[in-house]
Amino acid sequence: MSDAPIYEVENLHLSFPDMAHKPLFGPAPRIEILKGISLTIPRGDVVGIVGGSGSGKSTLGRAMIRLLEPDSGAIRFEGQDITHLGEDALRPLRRRFQMIFQDPMSSLNPRRTVGAIIAGPLRLQGFDRVSQRVDQALDHVGLPRAFRKRYPHELSGGQRQRVGIARAIATEPDFILADEIVSGLDVSSQAQVLNLLDQLVKELGLTLAFISHDLSVIRRLCRHTLVLYRGEVVEYRETAALFEAPQADYTRELLDAIPLPDLDQVWA
Amino acid sequence: MSFLTIENLNAMVGPAPILRDVSLSVEAGEVRGLVGESGAGKSMIGKAILGTLPGAIRITSGRILLDGEDLQAMCPRDRRRVIGAKAALIPQDPLTALNPSRRVGPQITDRLVDILGWMKSDAGHRAEELLDEVSIPEPERVMRAYPHELSGGMRQRILIASAFAAEPRLIIADEPTTALDVTVQKQILKLIRQMQARHGTALLFVTHDLGVVSKICQSLSVLFGGKVLEDTSVGDFFARPAHPYSAALLAATPKYTDPEASLTPVPETVIEAVQAEIEAHDRRQGHV
Repeated sequence: MSDAPIYEVENLHLSFPDMAHKPLFGPAPRIEILKGISLTIPRGDVVGIVGGSGSGKSTLGRAMIRLLEPDSGAIRFEGQDITHLGEDALRPLRRRFQMIFQDPMSSLNPRRTVGAIIAGPLRLQGFDRVSQRVDQALDHVGLPRAFRKRYPHELSGGQRQRVGIARAIATEPDFILADEIVSGLDVSSQAQVLNLLDQLVKELGLTLAFISHDLSVIRRLCRHTLVLYRGEVVEYRETAALFEAPQADYTRELLDAIPLPDLDQVWA
Repeated sequence: MSFLTIENLNAMVGPAPILRDVSLSVEAGEVRGLVGESGAGKSMIGKAILGTLPGAIRITSGRILLDGEDLQAMCPRDRRRVIGAKAALIPQDPLTALNPSRRVGPQITDRLVDILGWMKSDAGHRAEELLDEVSIPEPERVMRAYPHELSGGMRQRILIASAFAAEPRLIIADEPTTALDVTVQKQILKLIRQMQARHGTALLFVTHDLGVVSKICQSLSVLFGGKVLEDTSVGDFFARPAHPYSAALLAATPKYTDPEASLTPVPETVIEAVQAEIEAHDRRQGHV
């Protein structure tokens, strides 16, 4: 592979129909969610995407892995324009960008075993040695191989989220989108999952986009941070620099609002 | 005499204990945090006080004293009357806590009419004052709005106004900011603290977020498996946590100001030690 960025997003616009204000006849008015977003993600980078609710962070992520089709603008994945590709053309690419979801309880099929859940995308993508790959994925996320036979309800929250991660890395993707994957976890499981992600990024050479509302988590994990506010990028810089000297007012406001477990923090 | 005192409270669901000898107290004007991971029983304590425990859960022993009155010793009717007059709840999710098919105004005035026996018109005026007190612009208009017309932060303000409406002397706040953005969370926490201080209310604040604890509480109880592991002041807790589990929780919480610190999940040895403590307790109670 070349040194070309894994993702290039240019002037991305995306809107949804506002069904609450649909007139009796004619199309519903549209609400603009993404208002001209541009960003570049270098290969091997870990990018944190933060913003308040409704800022468009999930919509941006979902557009990048083409679960949503943008209105206009361009998304290039390894130089290839995937902005308006049809599902048939996207299918072979899907192996290469995977997603981990927020709530493992609703993103893991309760009627399938852990083994079958991880094997699912492998079968769909026509991989050989599926069973062996499932074992490897479980090894990577630090779950015992015996867990293949278990069902999601038999696992703890942190273990379930590891299954979600195992499913995502099983197809050996280049890029993973993680959407609020630790927000439903207790701090202890959260620490485990964060350490695991950190280690997987290094071991597997992944590129990761990590959506979160928690800046302490982003600071810990991500090399670059993108701050979204109402569908626009307000700041996109190296994480250390962004936290040290936030440029945008909104970034500063976010930072000031975080309650640190620290009695000395001034919280005016 | 503390306003709320819980003494050796035990509760069980079927054969399984879920609260184990819980004791704690909250003074008038004090903010106490109830901290723990999911399943630690922190919400259950709140529900036990308010008498809203799910049907399957039985209180097997212990006392809950509200303003010196033993709630367990009362008949259900008296208990409801006492709790209704003296305690209130700020719930977690501002959308499900408000009735979507009723306007906001009556949902606040209900308490004044039912508990304090006010006239509806007086209650309406008081509700407007309360909305103004929680910094809601145009209270008259908001009184007539339906919950879906308001943002999450606005809804939570309304629930705060409603909790303080009948001048309760104890408020239980059950993760009241978990569903909100950090910027809104900050406003809401400040508002709760301000209202609590102004009204001199005792506040029991249930949360899993140690950051939030450090901003709003004066004292806290750390829970695990329905057992209070540590009962301490906030100053002592952050400076020198006495229980190994408390220290482990702090070490697992990320701080953006300290990115190089390694995040340590709560170690197995700590969990095992706590579980041994719990088993020893259950043996004493004769559950095993």
